[in-house]
Amino acid sequence: MTSALRLRGAVKRFGPITAVDDLDLEVPAGTCVGLLGPNGAGKSTTMRLLTAQAIADEGEIEVLGRRLPEDSKAARAECGVVPQLDNLDVTLTVEQNLRVFAYLYRVPRPERPAAIERSLEIANLVDRRHALVDQLSGGMRRRLLIARALVHRPRLMLLDEPTVGLDPQVRQELWALIDQLRSEGVSLLMSTHYIEEAQRLADTVTIMSHGRAVASGPPAQLIREHTGGEALEVYGPPARLREVEADARAAGLPTRRTGTSIAILRLDRANGAAPEGERRPANLEDVFVLLTGEEIA
Amino acid sequence: MAAARTPARGLGRLERPALAGVLVREVINFSSYWRSATFSATVEPTIYLIAFGFGFGSLVSTVGGYDYVDFVGTGTVATAVLFSSAFSAMFGSFVKYKFQRTYDAILAAPVDTEELVTAECLWIALRAGVYGCTPMVVAMAFGLDPSPGMLLVPLLGILAGFGWAGFGIAVAARMKSIDNFSYVVSAVLTPLFLVAGSFFPLDNLPEWAQVLGELNPLHHLVELVRGAVFGYDSWTALLRVGALVLFGLVTWRLAIRWMERRLVD
Repeated sequence: MTSALRLRGAVKRFGPITAVDDLDLEVPAGTCVGLLGPNGAGKSTTMRLLTAQAIADEGEIEVLGRRLPEDSKAARAECGVVPQLDNLDVTLTVEQNLRVFAYLYRVPRPERPAAIERSLEIANLVDRRHALVDQLSGGMRRRLLIARALVHRPRLMLLDEPTVGLDPQVRQELWALIDQLRSEGVSLLMSTHYIEEAQRLADTVTIMSHGRAVASGPPAQLIREHTGGEALEVYGPPARLREVEADARAAGLPTRRTGTSIAILRLDRANGAAPEGERRPANLEDVFVLLTGEEIA
Repeated sequence: MAAARTPARGLGRLERPALAGVLVREVINFSSYWRSATFSATVEPTIYLIAFGFGFGSLVSTVGGYDYVDFVGTGTVATAVLFSSAFSAMFGSFVKYKFQRTYDAILAAPVDTEELVTAECLWIALRAGVYGCTPMVVAMAFGLDPSPGMLLVPLLGILAGFGWAGFGIAVAARMKSIDNFSYVVSAVLTPLFLVAGSFFPLDNLPEWAQVLGELNPLHHLVELVRGAVFGYDSWTALLRVGALVLFGLVTWRLAIRWMERRLVD
């Protein structure tokens, strides 16, 4: 299988801070890869490396078969970018925003009207085409932001936290949109810190921490590998939780705090040493906290 | 690393579709604010003309051999060019990269910093060329006689406007906060705009001030516009055109360089 994008040993420093530290990442063509990590893990910097809006200090980056940063312009012409922070032209209408991007992404003149129409339909904003962006709801703005990135039929979509700050209803609507793109064969790289988002949409997930990829694989496989498939939740007052945590660690079992309980993982290795508690299937969040640490940066 | 990074994003080539994309964005945006822009571009010189032309004109009837209204009417063309180029370039591009993040969106598309900055300069220059003519048109309503040389005025406005646009974008690229523009406006633009020969001739100033005046691009524009309207009397006009071309080249390259540093990590 060819890859839509590939980073090898990518390093990006900002003065004394290494934002991306020897990162390897691959998006096989036609798949959706989720880039998961806590705030400050280097997800946004990774995204900017892929459009040459940040230039790597070391390593190799290839996007749609083109080497970056030398051939980044040709690569960008075939990429759609959905930024984390809304950068629509707010004093323009929905349709005008799409028209501007049809020019910026060099959609040939005869195809422009149809391309704009298509994007309006994808965003479900046909009725609001003449509305100013200022008058749209948060969800509509996000849909427009995605539709704007699709106006030139990109082969690869780069989505940076596409649903951050949105209601669950709006979020699932955007998920449907992203899922549809994948089914049409568009390759996707999506950074997120919503674990459910990665679990639902991504074929494979790369978990980032401190600029590095700490784990990579299909969500189900990551859960199996790192948690054993099941978690045991023990509830109780804080003193009891500390005790449970210490006991589990002494028995060599990984634990994670959920805030209200302690989840004990790797029950397959417990040999009957586990305390009383509620068993539940382990999830990607368990893997995430296990691998990226419990301290808040 | 910084030195090797500059050409990394393919500096050195200006592709037409990229320039067109940025220009189209500006033109479409202009359709949403042209009324306010045109209003201020017309009303401001009218106020200057009335204030100086009648206020000051009642004390002095002729300056340097011209009716004072004619003198100010042609002189403030440069003021209008400056206002619609340097100021909109400074504030506009700062807002576009810092608050609206428009430049981020454009650089994610197949457009490089060099193309972005060049297209922005071209657009601002074109606008400055058109709006620069408004004081002259207003002065015609107050008695300035039409002359064929006036057709050169928009071209001069475009040439100088390009340089001031580059100046404004270069300044914006270096600013950390929008408040810092006050330093540039008070310490650089206000003196340049007052000592350009728009409102009074520089001939009577001390010699050092006259020398400084020759370093002021705005002064060259004032002299070139007066020459276009009333007739050129020497070849120094060509030197002044050369000075404006040089001014434009320097600020344009600086704007690209500093914006690239600001926009590409």
